[in-house]
Amino acid sequence: MLGEQIMRGMAVTAKNFFGSYVSKNRLTTVQYPEERLSQKANTRQFPMLVFDGDPDKGLRCVACTICEKECPPQCIYIVKSKDKKPDYKGQPQLYPAVFDIDVSVCMSCSICVEVCPFESIKMNTEFELSTDDRFEGLLFHKDKLSKSNEYYHQLHPADARDSDAVLAAEKARAEAKAKAAAAAATAPASTPTTVPATATTPPPAPTPAAAAPPPPTPATPPPPAAK
Amino acid sequence: MFEQLNRFFAPVDQIFVTTLHWLVGFLPAAWRPVASSMLCIAFILMVFPALFSIVTIFERKGIGRIQNRYGPNRVGIPGTKIRLAGFGQFLPDGLKMLTKEDIVPRAADKLVHFLAPVVLLIPVLLTYAVLPFGRNMALADYDAGLLFFFAVGGAVEVSVFMAGWSSRNKYSLLGAMRAIAQMLSYEIPLILSSVTVVMIVGSLNLTRIVEAQAGHTFGLANWFVFTPWGLLGYLIFFIASLAESNRSPFDLPEAESEIIAGYFTEYSGFKFALFFLGEYLGMFAIISLGITLFLGGWTAPFACLDFIPSYLWFLTKMLGIVFIFIWIRATLPRLRMDQLMNFAWKFMLPLALLNVLVAGLWHYLAIGPLRWIACATIIIVAYVALGRGLMRHQKLGQRTYRYAD
Repeated sequence: MLGEQIMRGMAVTAKNFFGSYVSKNRLTTVQYPEERLSQKANTRQFPMLVFDGDPDKGLRCVACTICEKECPPQCIYIVKSKDKKPDYKGQPQLYPAVFDIDVSVCMSCSICVEVCPFESIKMNTEFELSTDDRFEGLLFHKDKLSKSNEYYHQLHPADARDSDAVLAAEKARAEAKAKAAAAAATAPASTPTTVPATATTPPPAPTPAAAAPPPPTPATPPPPAAK
Repeated sequence: MFEQLNRFFAPVDQIFVTTLHWLVGFLPAAWRPVASSMLCIAFILMVFPALFSIVTIFERKGIGRIQNRYGPNRVGIPGTKIRLAGFGQFLPDGLKMLTKEDIVPRAADKLVHFLAPVVLLIPVLLTYAVLPFGRNMALADYDAGLLFFFAVGGAVEVSVFMAGWSSRNKYSLLGAMRAIAQMLSYEIPLILSSVTVVMIVGSLNLTRIVEAQAGHTFGLANWFVFTPWGLLGYLIFFIASLAESNRSPFDLPEAESEIIAGYFTEYSGFKFALFFLGEYLGMFAIISLGITLFLGGWTAPFACLDFIPSYLWFLTKMLGIVFIFIWIRATLPRLRMDQLMNFAWKFMLPLALLNVLVAGLWHYLAIGPLRWIACATIIIVAYVALGRGLMRHQKLGQRTYRYAD
């Protein structure tokens, strides 16, 4: 009969109306500031820079600017430092004098993370970033982007363990190579010119996929100087 | 016992009337009629917008619950942790509306664009003059009250078209044209269904109509909705009032998903708030009229509940119908324009005309079970036959797409 289906529909909505007062399971929404959903394992918001130990000395970033070049919306701005400081392997490296990310432009694509050969730039999960200053408040500087490795371990434990393993393997390889070089150098007169040894290794080609498998020995800055 | 309760609550029932008389008593006799009207107008202007603000919260919370959400539950008293279950929400909503920028399109007809919300609000408020909200509580006890209501309420269409035309916007104009077509089509079954009440009562005075339903038989009230013609009449009235107040499923004039907001696409800030207010006040007015005509106005449904003040009964009935409106809004999808027109002209209008005949039959048949059976049979047969006839050529079921696959 006419109107029968309408009555059936009304019954469904009425059941939902009263059911939402009776059983809490029906209510799918969460009362946000007080209650929170646990974040998904691979959640990501905006990039951060990982450091080991000291936030200034331990910063993994060597200002290679690969991420700056690869960033699709061009939201990363890096100024290389004039001087060098030793990295985790003890090699002298440049560091970013300025590292800015405009999060109002960033689209959270995580391409910078994929191309970074130094396990330095990673995705943060912090999302409560609202501000009343839409220019300065949304331009994140180096100090705000720097996060400790422990923090990264909290966010993504599996990924952090992987990246630690990559760095440890690389460090071990560098040490072995240094030891071999030292052993070889005992016969000829060895000066600290490690340049020929490093020059044989290929320079770090900025291929996006070259993240973990062939970790290039960090000899990035010299080539322009050599020319 | 009921006598005692009645005697105890009688002053409460008349508290507004006695307060009015007491206040007016301070003035010289010549000023009293004017002052009394002014006070009544102020009362209506206070109560119904306040009710509007509360109902918007009820609507948001109710729809939220139907969709298994909480709805607004945050805003309470500022500066404290008291939340009032979100019933403070109307204040920030209202403040937001009032502080928004008032934008008038450059191509708009500025005067008409400005006047449209005002022209909407005035007839809507005028209709409240004749509605009896409680015992002795009609502002104008006017002999042609029902006629006045429909005559003044018809002016709403003018304002809707003013808004749509003056905005110089395609969506606005489409919305306004839809609104005119819809309101004109549904006004006919609306009025025809009210005509039955006028036939039975023999008066256009709304207070007289309520008094005609005041008695009780076997403890149940003599409301017209409890008669066959009244039930059908109220159903038609209810559906038509949904359409008249542009509520879902007849919200084509402001269909958000099709034409942005219809005739108030180009309105913002305070003018939009006025439209919003006018729409809700219009809804309250037409619900009140439905209650007055069919649901016994301010009378109690059972004799034993007579002691509850009349205005509370009126308010309860009104909020109940408002809840059904919200419930329907959360349930039914929007009609298509041709479905809307077909429904009005092919289904509602014949039934309303038949109902006029049935009411006449009811009036002339002798009181007894015979007229109940006769009238109910005619109505049920007509309803079923009309429904079957209209559905015969409808192809319902899974929709097949010829090209989209």
